Amino acid sequence: MMRNPRCGGLSRLKREYGQRAVCWWPFLSAVLAVVPELLLPDSPDHPPVNRPYFFYLLTAAAAYFFAAALAAHAHAGFRARLEGKAYFYGASLLFLNILNVVTDKLAALPPIFFPSPDRILSVLAQDWRYLLADCLGSSAVLLFSGFFSGALCGIVTGIAVGFSKKAAYWVNPLIRILGPIPPTAWIPIVLVAFPTTFWGGVFLIALSVWFPTTVMTSSGILNVQNAYFEVSSTLGAGRWFQIFRVGIPASMPFIFIGLFTGTCSSFITLMTAEMVGVKNGIGWYINWQREMLSYANVYAGLIIIAVSFYSLITLLFKLRDHLLVWQKGVIKW
Amino acid sequence: MVGGTPQRDASPAARTSSASPAGPAAEAPGALRVDRVSKSFRRHDGTEIPALSDISLDVEAGAFISVIGPSGCGKSTLLRLIAGLEQADAGELRLDGRLITAPHAERGLVFQNPLLFPWLNLHANVAFGLKARKIYRENKAEVEHFLHLVGLADFDRAYPHQLSGGMAQRAALARALINRPRLLLLDEPLGALDAFTRMNMQDEILRIRQDRNITMIMVTHDVDEALYLSDRVVVMTPGPAKIETVASVNLARPRARGGEDFLRLRSAVLKILNFGGQIKEPAYQI
Repeated sequence: MMRNPRCGGLSRLKREYGQRAVCWWPFLSAVLAVVPELLLPDSPDHPPVNRPYFFYLLTAAAAYFFAAALAAHAHAGFRARLEGKAYFYGASLLFLNILNVVTDKLAALPPIFFPSPDRILSVLAQDWRYLLADCLGSSAVLLFSGFFSGALCGIVTGIAVGFSKKAAYWVNPLIRILGPIPPTAWIPIVLVAFPTTFWGGVFLIALSVWFPTTVMTSSGILNVQNAYFEVSSTLGAGRWFQIFRVGIPASMPFIFIGLFTGTCSSFITLMTAEMVGVKNGIGWYINWQREMLSYANVYAGLIIIAVSFYSLITLLFKLRDHLLVWQKGVIKW
Repeated sequence: MVGGTPQRDASPAARTSSASPAGPAAEAPGALRVDRVSKSFRRHDGTEIPALSDISLDVEAGAFISVIGPSGCGKSTLLRLIAGLEQADAGELRLDGRLITAPHAERGLVFQNPLLFPWLNLHANVAFGLKARKIYRENKAEVEHFLHLVGLADFDRAYPHQLSGGMAQRAALARALINRPRLLLLDEPLGALDAFTRMNMQDEILRIRQDRNITMIMVTHDVDEALYLSDRVVVMTPGPAKIETVASVNLARPRARGGEDFLRLRSAVLKILNFGGQIKEPAYQI
């Protein structure tokens, strides 16, 4: 029954010390990255930048993770959050460190295709206004116009096909034939059929969202337990009430899977459309810079794409968690 | 008491003390007449499987009827016909003289699986019938009333997956009752519950019935449950599905589950169902 206080105390101390040490990893990794950046000379193969942006970034990261590690000592909830991600943050900074050494310091990779982090950051720092307002802005207009029209059409078609035999008879073959064609394969026709490349792009993106949304919505409705419809009819629900209050909410999980698939393929279509026809947007920017062999700008564009698409997907996940709160413990994906 | 009653039991059910009409008199009707109803189902290979043949049954307003019998004897089909979820091939069903052709809020149905809508919280589940009939706005208070009636007033914001089986089934009962049906159909509503929850729910159903004087028809596998709850027990046998006997349960309420009369009735009903104590010749070898 007697607990050995020394042993228990020691192991607890060790455990706690170990846990807290984890929280310092990101900070240490940032400091470790500063060392070669300051001590090693830049390779002459890399064009110099007017400000040490990578050093700024590392300093900011070090300061941030120092504060985070201190906060983790004070606050248990914060510590739990940081602990889970500490290794990942540390490894990410280590990766940047290695990248910096390999490119900027040693020029071990062809400098024209692998610019230094300094250069990429300087593009972001100097061109951000143009990149965000002009390129990303016009991409966003194109993406959202296409996405929302495609999603709306997809949900409506899916519901019609799911509920009406007649609609299924006429529309299903169309879905089966047109759906699997990659939207970008339509580009030659779209270029002729639409007055502007913008509307052509909207159509292509809408098409790429429409197909998965339609398929998932209709199969979601077909998968709703018939008993739910029976119960609702004994409760006095008419046909439309059953469609909107039973069929659609019950197939929401499926509709969201369709929307996620659609979102991903809309990103692909957006990029392709911009690289092929549309004369502005972030995809067009990347292609243009590639032709000019300004790879730093290409990477800057890729970073902007990654950040914005990541944000969109996160937003969609949040929306799903909010709408499908009832699903907890029912279905997981 | 048992066995002698013919199929068309014209005599009123033994209304014992508790069954006096206590609810609002305007809602008192709820008399069901099932007249020579047959129903068969078509299998994939085209053969017809008779589910019910020539069933007749009269249920007077306010009565509690149990339908009992082995699986496959068509008792659930009978209930689905009354609910309007299936159409009879021959014969007709009438509630208070009106022909039953489709599901309607006047005939509530509770299944063995509570089938609460998982995307709605309890409040919205119970309010479903009011919303479907577009009378929710003026009857909002009803929802709390019925949640309270089944003892779930504190769970109105809970989602179905957070409830136990018994709670979910009580919520399903509240959802059916909020429409103030004239006839409540119960398809083995307590079949999936544990023994204690089951007995509690039986008393709860009796209390609700006493309060509101709704006609109730319950399908069950459980002879004890049938005898504990009902005014009459309809015993059905399969192949072809027909009503074997309608037994009146002339026992005073509240009933003692182990009482002498209760046990005598129990063994009589079991005998009709061929569980009378003798071991049958096995129909197949294991």
